[in-house]
Amino acid sequence: MTNEEKKGTGAPRSGGRRKVLQAGAASALALGFPAIVHARSDKIRIGHLTPRTGFLGALGGWAVLGIRLAAEEINAAGGVMGRQLDVFSEDSVNPAIAATKAQRMLDRDHAEVLMGEINSASAKTIMQVAKRNKRLYMQIGARSDALRGAFCNRYTFHVDIPVTVMVNAEGQGLMREGLIKGKRVYALTSDYLFGHDLAKAAKKFVTTHGGTVIGDELIATDATDFSPYLLKIRQAKPDLIATNLGGNQVTNFVKQYAEFGLPYPVAGFNLNTADAWAAGPGNLGGIWPTVWHHHVDTPGTRAFVAAFRKKYDKTPENHAWIEYVSLHVMARAMSETKSTDTEKLIAYFEKEPRFDLLKTRKGYFRNWDHQMMQEAYTFTVKKPGTYKEAWDFLQFSPPIPGPDQPLDLLAPTKAENPCTF
Amino acid sequence: MHLLFLLEQVVNGLVLGGYYLLIALGLSLIFSVGGVVNLAHGAFYALGAYLSLEVAKYLGFGPAVVISPVAVGMLGILFERFILRRFYTADPILSLLVTFGLAMVVEQLIRIVWGAAPLPASMPQALKGSVILGDFLFSRYRLLLLAIVAVVLTGVWLLLNKTSFGRVVRAGIQRPDMVAALGIRLQPYMTAIVVLGVAMAALGGALFAPIALVHPAMGAEIITVAFVVVVIGGLGSFWGVVLAALLVGVVRGITINYLPAAGEASMYVLMFVVLLLRPRGLLGERIEKFE
Repeated sequence: MTNEEKKGTGAPRSGGRRKVLQAGAASALALGFPAIVHARSDKIRIGHLTPRTGFLGALGGWAVLGIRLAAEEINAAGGVMGRQLDVFSEDSVNPAIAATKAQRMLDRDHAEVLMGEINSASAKTIMQVAKRNKRLYMQIGARSDALRGAFCNRYTFHVDIPVTVMVNAEGQGLMREGLIKGKRVYALTSDYLFGHDLAKAAKKFVTTHGGTVIGDELIATDATDFSPYLLKIRQAKPDLIATNLGGNQVTNFVKQYAEFGLPYPVAGFNLNTADAWAAGPGNLGGIWPTVWHHHVDTPGTRAFVAAFRKKYDKTPENHAWIEYVSLHVMARAMSETKSTDTEKLIAYFEKEPRFDLLKTRKGYFRNWDHQMMQEAYTFTVKKPGTYKEAWDFLQFSPPIPGPDQPLDLLAPTKAENPCTF
Repeated sequence: MHLLFLLEQVVNGLVLGGYYLLIALGLSLIFSVGGVVNLAHGAFYALGAYLSLEVAKYLGFGPAVVISPVAVGMLGILFERFILRRFYTADPILSLLVTFGLAMVVEQLIRIVWGAAPLPASMPQALKGSVILGDFLFSRYRLLLLAIVAVVLTGVWLLLNKTSFGRVVRAGIQRPDMVAALGIRLQPYMTAIVVLGVAMAALGGALFAPIALVHPAMGAEIITVAFVVVVIGGLGSFWGVVLAALLVGVVRGITINYLPAAGEASMYVLMFVVLLLRPRGLLGERIEKFE
């Protein structure tokens, strides 16, 4: 802005130049005004952290699109308690930087609450910041069980389905296909908190249902070449390959598996629709679990998908969806408590109000471990030629648990989950 | 039998090393000739992958693998003439900074043009699957990749060692002032080498797109590996880079066979050991100092 002003005083006043100047001044004004509004702080500031770089960066991109759309909708409808929401997103980078940024968001940027994250290890450090500052953190997209279990704290609420639910949903699908009982399973595991958690839950599921885990390889999160692992798998001749990978790893693995063309069925306990799309049709096979997909047959999902496509010209994937519903949940909580106060919000959520997650059944935060109880789905891959759009090669199952089953059917029970506040 | 598994990993590592070689050789060449460590090299690799996907939409996979490196090579001319050229004689820290900055600019441009989400890329159906030779399993696509690398490597070697062009380049590496005194302008040669280097990186990107993820940060991922390979081989040594690339691939394969969690760390351990025992790298002729 100072540049614009300097140009303004120094430039000769010819007609053409003047127009440029006017445009410059106008844009300077446009840029300047929001800054003034910030300073008045009558907006509700929400600090949003999500990975924008690294192996989860692609998913973080979807997250930002989703939360932005929700903020626009809420603000267009008059905001919360007459105040506009100001959601500011930053790249959480890694666990250490995530914690530093979370603290800064509270201290310097005057965030009222914290939201976001996909990386379980970063979510863990942000949770510690929330606890230290006694401030609410809505942990949106990280799925490690430990976050809701051993590391849980009363300031954090978790929206996404945890590892156990993914494993149980996926496991049910595999059982139906007869791929667990008496079968030899070879596991590939992402070498960080989420992967370890996933591997533990998957191993438990396989062994309790009559299968054997004959191999479990830890794979660094930045690995891009999987060929040595594929050779090992071929030597082991498993009945099923179970992947406990995360982010870009899944896509890389799936593409290279198609490249080598090994005959063993692949199942994964984690795959986001974005990862599946990135792999491309023809490269993906197997059964996978997911938390939401754009074919969920509810008016809410249809409206969200239409709004998202209108704004971004893209089909939303599950990280866009979850950020979108999370901000709506947060906005509703603030409206109903007429407050942004952490204690009031916690008390509100702990009463287990039902939230519309754009699925068939409404979800709620279970009050003793603060995790969202909701429906999940599995998907397989459609045969080539049976779909038209590139987005549409996935075939989704009906919701799990079914309509007559309790919503917390797949979640860890009180006996299984060590969480206490 | 177990020895055979290990041998299979070794052979597979050689194939992977061939791919590292495409990226690392250009990096090494540009360093030899210009004295510049081109941290933007990964950006050209990423551009190669993205452009190949664009071209493949209209012309198919084969032409894409040819056209994309050529197009990126053209960008290399601009890169050399307007950016790199100013830094040959400057403080090395400046060229590091400017190429590092360029890498970030290109990554962000890719994000703006193609979006942050990875792009799907597939190889032609005919190249999918594997062949079994003896007891060894090879991906058909990677065998093709290896053949292309071998052709490129031979071409570059012949160019540097059997042509008048190569003689000037090699003389320029050893004694730039002498070459100038003989009345030969080194600048066009520099441009050519940079074009060759970045085109090789782009070829690597185009060839790897169908088997790895095409995303904006892919350049940053590969530059570290390429740099490690060049350092192990010895800065500026042609055969050093070849040897190091293969070695990194093989060591990684063997490590994954025994200790999968250490797979990605293995190359750094290798670099550590090599530098400890032989600071100039395996075949490096002299220790390059940044002053």
